[in-house]
Amino acid sequence: MTTNITDDAQEMDGQLIPTMCGMCAVRCPIEVQVRDGKPVWLQGNTNVVAMGSSLCPKGAAGISFEQDDERPQQPMIRIGPRGSGQWRKVSWDEALDYIVERLNKIRKKCGGRAIALSDRGGPFIDLTKSFLKALGSPNYFDHDCSCGGNAHNASLSIFGVGRLGMAYDIANTKHIILYGRNIVESLQVMEVRAFMAALDAGAKCTYIDPRSTITAKYARRFWRIRPGADYALNQAIIHEILANKLYDKAFVDRWIEGLESLEQSVKTTTPEWAEKETGIPAQEIRDFVQEVAKDAPHVIFHPGWMTARHSQSFHVSRSTLIINALFGAIEVPGGLIFVKSPADVGGGNMKHLADAIPAVNEPRVDGAGSEHPQWDEEIGILHRLYETLRTGKPYKIGAYIAYRHDPLSGLSDPEAQKKAMESLDLLVSIDVNYSETAWQADVILPEATYLERSNILVQIPAPAPFFMIRQQVMKPRFDSRPAWWIFRELLRRMDLGQYMDFEDIEDIWRYQLQGTGVKIEELRKKGIVTVTDKPTLLDRDNGLRFGTASGKIEIISPNLMKAGLESLPAYRPLEPLPDGQFRLIFGKVAQLNHAQSTNNPLLAERVTDNPLWIHPEAAKKLGIANGDEIQIHSADQKVSSHAFVTEGIHPEAVYLLHGLGRTVKPQTRACNRGVADQRLQLGGLDRFDPAGGGLAMIETVVSIEKTKEKTV
Amino acid sequence: MSKYYLSHNPERCVACEACEVQCKTHHDLSPGPNLCQIQRIEPEDSTDPLNQGFVFMPCFHCEEAACLHVCPTGAIRRREKDGIVYIESALCIGCKSCITACAWGACQWDPETKKAVKCDYCMDRLDEGLKPSCVTVCLTSCLDFVPADQLPERLSKHINQAAGHPEVVK
Repeated sequence: MTTNITDDAQEMDGQLIPTMCGMCAVRCPIEVQVRDGKPVWLQGNTNVVAMGSSLCPKGAAGISFEQDDERPQQPMIRIGPRGSGQWRKVSWDEALDYIVERLNKIRKKCGGRAIALSDRGGPFIDLTKSFLKALGSPNYFDHDCSCGGNAHNASLSIFGVGRLGMAYDIANTKHIILYGRNIVESLQVMEVRAFMAALDAGAKCTYIDPRSTITAKYARRFWRIRPGADYALNQAIIHEILANKLYDKAFVDRWIEGLESLEQSVKTTTPEWAEKETGIPAQEIRDFVQEVAKDAPHVIFHPGWMTARHSQSFHVSRSTLIINALFGAIEVPGGLIFVKSPADVGGGNMKHLADAIPAVNEPRVDGAGSEHPQWDEEIGILHRLYETLRTGKPYKIGAYIAYRHDPLSGLSDPEAQKKAMESLDLLVSIDVNYSETAWQADVILPEATYLERSNILVQIPAPAPFFMIRQQVMKPRFDSRPAWWIFRELLRRMDLGQYMDFEDIEDIWRYQLQGTGVKIEELRKKGIVTVTDKPTLLDRDNGLRFGTASGKIEIISPNLMKAGLESLPAYRPLEPLPDGQFRLIFGKVAQLNHAQSTNNPLLAERVTDNPLWIHPEAAKKLGIANGDEIQIHSADQKVSSHAFVTEGIHPEAVYLLHGLGRTVKPQTRACNRGVADQRLQLGGLDRFDPAGGGLAMIETVVSIEKTKEKTV
Repeated sequence: MSKYYLSHNPERCVACEACEVQCKTHHDLSPGPNLCQIQRIEPEDSTDPLNQGFVFMPCFHCEEAACLHVCPTGAIRRREKDGIVYIESALCIGCKSCITACAWGACQWDPETKKAVKCDYCMDRLDEGLKPSCVTVCLTSCLDFVPADQLPERLSKHINQAAGHPEVVK
């Protein structure tokens, strides 16, 4: 092999080594204790006050993951049909050459643009984007069409900065309003701790969800809303704020462009009207608005994280951001605060690997940023790639690389995805797991685990920005490699090595840190290096940096107009439910990271099943009792499950925990356990919110049939 | 009883089970036993998880420790210095007497080693001046571990108020 990449683990036996968790995409700062080359203890990075030594259960299961053998152990090339599970174990040289030979053929025939790649976004995308840029392809996608894409594009359309362009100062808020944002289960350690600190200090939480989550337990006010009616609620809230002149007049006059249009759009959306749509009593909406106005501007209306729910989810996020703006909850403690780069606060910004690579001028296949100017081209809309795979339009995609991303688990309708993938000349999965997508791939490249690899460095823009490191703490247990090495090797073998011309990870780090004043040793020692100690707040009268053309908060978005879409559309209720049918909603628990950790030995024993939640009234009509065996029907699909009859769900909805029902045989603990909700989202690749691009996952309608009484 | 108090604030617990997972990792346990457990309890007349309460159940390290009395080999012992009841694994013959005897489910079966296991408050960590695994990583810091004569402020406040002495609260 070409380098000694497996030997850079620090010689720090028994000491706590700071690094970055990799059990989910939150990537918390952690510390690892290694003895005799094996990790023996994980905890939160105690150098980071907001983190302390805390972990979530997934983070705590990191050693269990590391010790597990049920993951790809060396490169594999498929020999049977796709998905047959017939593989040949090969060397890295053979696997890389195999891939490169096919990539070169595709490049020769269709150009570099015919190569697409998706990952789960996050702070390391400089690497994957640089790889594609070197190939001349614009077709980078993150997973956000099945996650935060609607919230992201909504934020861009109104503030001119994306979802992560604003931080939420939860610890100092007086009232936080969460729309299905299950903050203590779909969790980020530091966010949960800030949330609890806020509650301890007397903050209120209003929680809006068709389902009782553990977050609902922590809310002063829990509205069990009708599924898909959240935009109607927001329109009534805006109506009340404007009708009673409860907004921050100085802030609104200074920063909001288009208030008249907003007033016009909510003229008839009274709380009484919203009561009919949402099921939330009008008086409660009135009281809520009065109450929250008293705490403004130190309030947070959370625009959501997982927002791929229905075809107006974009406008749920957008109207939520509008409410924040009306209350002046921008750039104040306890509200939304612009993130700052190190350079914004007197430091130096990290250099991007992509800076040294020529720009790509090809159009994207999904039309993001061009035909669909309202979709951020930086993240793309991945479900449109499948349309391209089916039709070859606007041009052919020959290769798809899924890097630590499992679209067959994350996006709707895996069978339709597999069918579309048939047109690919090459499908590669780079992952630490046998994902559903890996199992369909032509080549699996095993990435070293987060404890076994170093990554490129990370710069986190925040009110107090910082740099962060993931450093290798142990040698890989199997024949796996870090991502930076894999992508560099692929480029080198395509004679594009000059675009990623680094010998080892420290070589990359030195390049990235030029001009930051930060030293590698410092990062290695602490895990995180801050640029300033305290959050920086901009001048709220003149210093706010909205990225919109007008420099203001734009109620009417030029990009939405260009796309022929309304900026303030009327609420459109979901299609009425036929008798005996339900909307299939989904969610998360603290112990699983979607489908990623379902096979983890210590997590699998916690979540052994995902029964279908159904309301007692609905169950009674169908003659279903708690524990009965049932079938869930979606179009011509039927899957077997059993019923959890509970008042904890809206009568119009049924619920499945996401992440189960896996089919990959080598994952013995996960395979055939529970039900995969995405398999019931038939036709779901083409159901999406046109404004934000996010999939409309809860528009899946199912019926339920009892098949057998509960056996005692 | 042990001289420690492992306290749980159910009003800040989100039942994430990081405590259980970290405990298992530290004690090198396979799927099966959970030496500390978050029990979810709910009123009989409710089917709504909203009404669930969370109770943390470690071993209580009882003064009259039934497990210790029934152990035929002397594998279950009490540490003189702090009262921790623990199993000396080398002496455990896997007879399960302690599992039968413990009313709290603290003694459990490890299918891997075919021996009994129980919470030892991570006494190896205590001896290094650290806190038990569960407490160290608790997501919300709803777990606390203190000498029993130094109750956490939250509890001393509660007890003093219950006793009608709010002025005692510092």
